Amino acid sequence: MMKILKRFYLGLILLFLYVPIVVLIVQSFNAGESRAVWEGFSLTWYGKLFNDPNIMKSLWVTVSIAVLAALFSTILGTLAAIGIHAMRKRPQAIMLTLNNIPMTMPDIVTGISLMLLFIFTKVERGYVTMLLAHITFDVPYVILSVMPKLKQMNKHSYEAALDLGATPMYALLHVILPEVMPGVITGAMLAFTLSLDDFTISYFTTSPLVQNLSTLIYSQARKGIKPTMNALSALMFVVLLLLLLLVNKRSSKQE
Amino acid sequence: MKKLVSLVSVLVLCFSMLPLNNAFADQEVVNVYNWYDYMDEDVFALFEEETGIHVNKMYFTTNEDMMVQLRVSPGAYDLVFPSDYCVERMIAEGLIAEINFDNVPNLVNVNPDLINPDYDPENKYSVPFMWGTVGILYNTKKVEEEVNSWSILWDEKYADDIIMLDSIRDTLGVTLKYLGYSMNSRNLVELKAATDKLIEQKPLVKAYYVDETKDKMAAGDAALAVVYSGDALYAMELNEDLDYAVPKEGSNVWIDPMVIPATAKNKENAEKLINFLCRPDIAQKNCEYIWYSSPNAAAIELMGEDYTENTTINPDPSVLERCEFFHDIPDNYLTIYNSFWSQVKNAK
Amino acid sequence: MTDFQVPIWGYWLMGIGLAAFIVMLGMYIRKNRGFKRPLFASPYVLWLVIFTVIPCLLVAYFSFTDPAGNFTLDNFKNFWDSNFNARKAMDQEELNMYLSMGLTLEDLGLARNSINIDTLVFSLWMAFLCTAICLLLGYPAAHIMADRNFKLGPTLVILFIVPMWMNFLLRTIAMMSLLEDNGLINNVLEMVGIGRQKLLNNTAAVQLGMVYNFLPFMVFPIYNVLNKMDYKLSEAAMDLGCDHWHTFYKVTLPLSVPGVVSGITMVFMPAVTTFYISRLLGGGKISLFGDLIEAKFLSTSLQEWNVGSALSLIMMVLILLSLGLLRRVDPEGEGGGMV
Repeated sequence: MMKILKRFYLGLILLFLYVPIVVLIVQSFNAGESRAVWEGFSLTWYGKLFNDPNIMKSLWVTVSIAVLAALFSTILGTLAAIGIHAMRKRPQAIMLTLNNIPMTMPDIVTGISLMLLFIFTKVERGYVTMLLAHITFDVPYVILSVMPKLKQMNKHSYEAALDLGATPMYALLHVILPEVMPGVITGAMLAFTLSLDDFTISYFTTSPLVQNLSTLIYSQARKGIKPTMNALSALMFVVLLLLLLLVNKRSSKQE
Repeated sequence: MKKLVSLVSVLVLCFSMLPLNNAFADQEVVNVYNWYDYMDEDVFALFEEETGIHVNKMYFTTNEDMMVQLRVSPGAYDLVFPSDYCVERMIAEGLIAEINFDNVPNLVNVNPDLINPDYDPENKYSVPFMWGTVGILYNTKKVEEEVNSWSILWDEKYADDIIMLDSIRDTLGVTLKYLGYSMNSRNLVELKAATDKLIEQKPLVKAYYVDETKDKMAAGDAALAVVYSGDALYAMELNEDLDYAVPKEGSNVWIDPMVIPATAKNKENAEKLINFLCRPDIAQKNCEYIWYSSPNAAAIELMGEDYTENTTINPDPSVLERCEFFHDIPDNYLTIYNSFWSQVKNAK
Repeated sequence: MTDFQVPIWGYWLMGIGLAAFIVMLGMYIRKNRGFKRPLFASPYVLWLVIFTVIPCLLVAYFSFTDPAGNFTLDNFKNFWDSNFNARKAMDQEELNMYLSMGLTLEDLGLARNSINIDTLVFSLWMAFLCTAICLLLGYPAAHIMADRNFKLGPTLVILFIVPMWMNFLLRTIAMMSLLEDNGLINNVLEMVGIGRQKLLNNTAAVQLGMVYNFLPFMVFPIYNVLNKMDYKLSEAAMDLGCDHWHTFYKVTLPLSVPGVVSGITMVFMPAVTTFYISRLLGGGKISLFGDLIEAKFLSTSLQEWNVGSALSLIMMVLILLSLGLLRRVDPEGEGGGMV
């Protein structure tokens, strides 16, 4: 009895989480534009999606920024994690606290503070500023995922490599990196996801000319979202879901 | 693992090329900063076809948003569509450039009454794009009485069925008008009265919207809404139960001109676009799409009775006599307006 | 108010800072005779300074200055009394004229007004409510899924992550279309005979949207902690004669505190600063502290930007304080959040 009750409860919560998503996907197949009335099954919105230059452009902006931000923040963050890990106690504590700031600061404050920086330094807001902002909020998460792996590894292998004549670069690439790779990949995935879904910080750090999907959706929300947006998110949802399954399958195989 | 790394690097290469491609394309462009749904997009397509100049479109919701963006992103915009009262301020602040009218021969089509307006007395900076009024859009199925006064927006019968404009000057303006004051009031007692009136009204308000209103009204979601005349016509076209009225206490009449920011990077292209928009057939096309009143006399001639017989788009002179233009208010009163409006928006 | 002025010493400060950084780097390398590992962190140190420390200082700088760049506390006074700047902007002679007519500041609408504080308190209350609801809904769910005998548990947890792969703004808009006057829920209610209800544009709708968006952030950390917990502990308690409830109360609950703390952090923080959820589901009628800050930065008056910075600073300090408090409950940061 208890068991059924428990499952029923979980089911209810998941229903709460999934109903809007199901509705979204169903709407993307609606022949009409209305969000309330079903006018028959159709794929028109999917067709229109690929012909909408605004959506396509912001899709590229979103994905390319997510990829680039993940790449740069992974490099920067992995290096930083290695450095911080080797620091003495005092500077390490300072660095970890500083690293926590971007994570704990409300998004709106991060966004506004970066906007002020760009305006102050007269840097025109757009693609590059958005990328810089994304890297900034991604790096702490990369560091957070790499740190535990560093703690697990042998403290002296790096010095040993140097003593044996390796350059710092060589030791980094061939001794440390292979050991912490799982953490690096987790960090990169996390950075990619965070960047893909960010709205608040992008909103304050870009100009209306360069929009990612989130800011585009927000600006369109005022005059009614077209079902093309639903079609796009349904597609992205399925692609990401497949990717997730694929990654899971691979990792379970490797085990 | 190797495969994954190489896959990622290939992807990165592909993606990183894209934005650069966009940035370095040597195509002629003009960056247009406009209100939502304020232009027939086909017009831009025609313009691109005829001149080869690519139009980048960006949108704003209120004049205040636009002014901020213009200031914090200099050089991003070549052609902007502010409201009349903002042009006064933009000229005073040196935000906009003088237009070279040699590039705008089609200016002859514009109604001479609208040239040399108050906001640009020597007509150096602006060309009128559209004009219109502010009034009440109502659903005759839900509102059976005659709508001729702003007071209906305070009628408890319509609780939770009223949509107000989420725009500081417009909403305070119509309330001031309802109370019998000027829309440009700089009298604290009057402003306080209007603020109190709006706070009193808040429990009756369904939502404060700008761009959403017309679709919500067309869908029959509310009984009454304060709207711009063009939005009203758009919604009336979709839902025949809707009607539009300019209340007897008077209202706002406005002109939205086109201006070129002082920091524009493609000034000549912007002038070409202004000229293009002043061409009678193009002005007609736009007018028939967005339903605002046209300042283009030649276009009106082309449209004939469809235009002149429609009282929403072509209001009676007696209606216009009751109406008032907005004027720019000085900074210190702007602070007071902001503070009062914030009291309305944050009232519980 | 024509342009944003950078005080010249601002540029000097930036230049000197950069030079100092390079000099220190050089000295460090010399002192240690070679490239030591901590140096790998140096690019990020520079990055942190430019993109985190300086922007924070800028917010602080704007909070304590007026548009002309002079030091002032007015922005904070304006937080306390939202009419402070309006009163100051008023021409004194004009004001005296009104006052001599027998009108009070109250009559002129310029008396002290506490809307900023009211809005902050309301936001805190909404965020508190949201956190409490998420905890009440999320803890049992996490507990059920972490049960070792429940084989489906790990799969179901993934189902809690998956919604986050879909743009949250779109999900919120989908929520909006569900709640609309002629949306799905109202259509069902009409069919059942209850009749249409006003579901959108009120506090409850905003609260629902917040819970909907932030619930997974609560479920996760709790699940992580419960999952890693040594199940033998609770079995031992049972063997020693504890019943289910006692075991939960005495063993499981105390051990899951780190997860709960990190869940509370991850829900409360975004909940207190959100502005799009209230905009979309509140119809512009419900204003949270985030909306207030956003509105300040969308204003044409530069003074408002200074006030907005002060509000951001206040928000930042509040968050840091509450985090400090939570740290005391969970000093090791074992909850570890999402990672």
